[in-house]
Amino acid sequence: MRPTDVSDPQYFHRVVDCQWACPAHTNVPEYIRLIAAGRYTEAYMLNRKSNVFPGILGRTCDRPCEPACRRTRIDGEPVAICRLKRVAADLRGEVDGLLPAIPDEKNGRRIACVGAGPASLTVANDLLPLGYQVTIFEKLQRPGGLMWTNIPEFRLPGRVLWEEIDHILDMGVDLRLGAPVQSLAGLLEGDMGGPFKAVFLGSGAPKGKELELPGRHDTDRIHIGIEWLEAVRFGHVDTVGDRVLVIGVGNTAMDCCRTAMRLGASDVKVMARKSREHFKASPWELEDAEGEGVQIVENHAPSRYLVEDGKLVGMDFELATWHPGPDGRLKKETHGSTTIPCDEVILAIGQDNAFPWIERDIGIEFGEWDMPVVDRTTFQTTRPGVFAGGDAAWGPENIIWAVEHGHQAAISIHSYCEGRPLDERPSYGQNLISEKMGLHEWSYSNDYDEAERARMRYADLERRRAHLDLEAELGFDYDQTLQEVERCLNCDVQTYFTRELCIECDACVDVCPLSCLTITADGPEVELRGRLTVPALNLDEPLYVSDDLPQTGRLMIKDEDLCIHCGLCAERCPTAAWDMRRSDLLIPYAGLDAGEARPARGMPAEVA
Amino acid sequence: MTHIEKPRVHHPALEQNELGLTRRDYEGRMSTLCAGCGHDSVTAAIIETFWKLSVPPHRVAKLSGIGCSAKTPTYFVKEAHGFNAVHGRMPSLVTGGNAANRDLVYIGISGDGDSLSIGLGQLCHAIRRNVDMLYVLENNGVYGLTKGQFSASADVGSVAKTGEVNRQRPIDPVLLALSLGASFVARGFSGDKAQLVPILEAGLRHRGLALVDVISPCVTFNDHEGSTKSYRYTREHEVEAVEADFVPLRRELTAEYEAGDVREVAMHDGSVVRFRKVPAHYDPTDRDAAYAYVRGRQEAGEVPTGLLHLDPTGQDMHRALGTVETPLVDLPFEALCPGRDKLAEILAAFR
Repeated sequence: MRPTDVSDPQYFHRVVDCQWACPAHTNVPEYIRLIAAGRYTEAYMLNRKSNVFPGILGRTCDRPCEPACRRTRIDGEPVAICRLKRVAADLRGEVDGLLPAIPDEKNGRRIACVGAGPASLTVANDLLPLGYQVTIFEKLQRPGGLMWTNIPEFRLPGRVLWEEIDHILDMGVDLRLGAPVQSLAGLLEGDMGGPFKAVFLGSGAPKGKELELPGRHDTDRIHIGIEWLEAVRFGHVDTVGDRVLVIGVGNTAMDCCRTAMRLGASDVKVMARKSREHFKASPWELEDAEGEGVQIVENHAPSRYLVEDGKLVGMDFELATWHPGPDGRLKKETHGSTTIPCDEVILAIGQDNAFPWIERDIGIEFGEWDMPVVDRTTFQTTRPGVFAGGDAAWGPENIIWAVEHGHQAAISIHSYCEGRPLDERPSYGQNLISEKMGLHEWSYSNDYDEAERARMRYADLERRRAHLDLEAELGFDYDQTLQEVERCLNCDVQTYFTRELCIECDACVDVCPLSCLTITADGPEVELRGRLTVPALNLDEPLYVSDDLPQTGRLMIKDEDLCIHCGLCAERCPTAAWDMRRSDLLIPYAGLDAGEARPARGMPAEVA
Repeated sequence: MTHIEKPRVHHPALEQNELGLTRRDYEGRMSTLCAGCGHDSVTAAIIETFWKLSVPPHRVAKLSGIGCSAKTPTYFVKEAHGFNAVHGRMPSLVTGGNAANRDLVYIGISGDGDSLSIGLGQLCHAIRRNVDMLYVLENNGVYGLTKGQFSASADVGSVAKTGEVNRQRPIDPVLLALSLGASFVARGFSGDKAQLVPILEAGLRHRGLALVDVISPCVTFNDHEGSTKSYRYTREHEVEAVEADFVPLRRELTAEYEAGDVREVAMHDGSVVRFRKVPAHYDPTDRDAAYAYVRGRQEAGEVPTGLLHLDPTGQDMHRALGTVETPLVDLPFEALCPGRDKLAEILAAFR
């Protein structure tokens, strides 16, 4: 095998499973260590650098990091990364002075963003410190996009949402509320002010999917989920029927059913076409809904709405089971039908994009599903200067993806305005810093903590039902936080090998508690993986392979899969051939090279 | 030493032996020897050996004397019986223990100081009695615990870390054991577990004293240029005289080699040692031939390793003494000490 090139920042990045899985590549282990040290403000600001909305995401993130967490492969449960993020956001101090400084003198470039959701706000967050003037057009009376209209307040309190949105608006966004863009051609031609150097489409996927079945239009008690949640948020809806059926089992369905419980429904059922293993909702959201008394009914495919004398009385369902067909796709098998009485139906079966306001003759090509064609790297549409991100680009994702799209689009917009090619992306960097403090001491908590994942605490169930805006989750208390931070394996503190120093004494191989290390002869990777100390069968995780060792010419091979980063290999190494080095991934942002920091507001001018 | 204990968490796919135990179940406490000490690799090889042979941990007795080597038993099979003896006196304690309870599995760990200086007489008599034990001699050529003076196994011309050159002839444990009539004599290297583990397995199954001299470099005081017991010197001068496989009783024998290349020797318990690549004019079951071969290689500046001599026909201490099969500790008191009347009867027989 070829020796591993650890000077490529992506190698060690990949070892940090959480950071690798996070679309915005948030430096999770570092912020967890800051929380452990009680440095909540620094932990918050480190988060903010990549994910922009730590308080919001600490409550609502879809957490791609957690299933990826190495701890899951060790003891079955990931570190509660998301909830620790919330701890940092809840306990942080004043950050106003730490936010990026905004130059008084502007660079004369004006950028328009359509929609005031997380993608557009991130674009503004990245471009305003460079002297850009950013105008955001929002059709509603408040900014935030789906973060506001679709995430109920019992999951995301308003104070958290508005404070983090204000951090960006206060940088000087020209926010136009109640200003829907009716015509992109008009916007480009200057009908809405301008002229704009570039336009960013961050208008989301605002159209809930319809379920056309007999009876759909014979009553006004059938609602589209996201529209209904929006109406609740606006205060237009404050009651609901006693028996509610929610159709669909994604995260929006979870928000709908839990909202219905709070509006006074006594019998809320979530109706799923398939069985539990096919549910789209995150497991923890399902758990929360069931904990509040919502019933989840599997294998019921809706067939008609039952309306008698203009009054909704129930719904018919086919009883279905699903089996893989010859083409691998699931095939439905029907076993009779059933009627379930209800007073209200909420449809939460997905969202669509809608671009009636984009003219089809202005150079923006539309592709599959009537979506604009957007370049996956540059985030540019087929019309130069028009960019897209968030749900508007490739359909519904979650907030953290919108944020990353915003970062990338901002880089492109900056390059576009400077006249540089968009496909030359700025490169990543890394710092590698030895964590050695003394003969047997490391500057991180290297011992393995056997603690189980901390359980979330919730507000009293009766109070939750009585108050629509009462946050359901209480967050971790001090002891839970202390326990949970120690579960983190510090995967960014890398085992770093210097071949020239190795005397092949086997000390590292013998001491490794997870049997990650082997000294053996070279061979093709597939064959080599099979003859390691324990065969390396997880092909998603790389092997760290040395060049020929000095004494025997064999190779030092580390299977990264289950390393708990305890540092014992380095402690037992007589020649410091193994060292524990913290890899700090340096991420480029618009106008910033990898590792460069934006001057903060609170910094004296001469330092800035 | 390290400041944390080795975490108990282990690889979920670790193989289990016949007792349902993993290698990790045969470990002991965290080593407090210097990082990189050869002895820690010997420990790992011993752990592997006990695990492979599915030895019940509580049926092991591990004993040692004084020195760096004497710390080793702490680091393996924590459920075993253990005894840390006076300097050089480990063989006597094993002899006594074995006399009283022949059913335990005895492993004695010693070093070149413990066995070749203060305990030389003890080693000789344990070999002479052929006590049923695995005798591991961790040999690094220096007194590591007292800062690296030459030991009795240091080679002529070997240079100490302080620059001093050794002029005295070494005592070679392999030649010593061969001349004393030992029934199992081997030499291994801590940096080569692939060779060492089968030797330890065979040694543990051998009925009688199995002496395994292990070159185990002292990383602190004897791993420099000019040392003849360093990792590098051993790798450059080691000659694997014979390759020995250990085939336990229950594993099926499969013929992988051409007849003539392989020589099989049956052990007492029915398991088999299979010698491969034996050089011409060398028969590992012939003591004189083994002596001549090892002596010749050493004179040529090589370090011959492998299972150098095996005589499975030798009698161990119990057989020589004609003791009962039942361990003495399990005999009822009346049988062990039949009383005054029985004594009088015996004495009367001599009159």
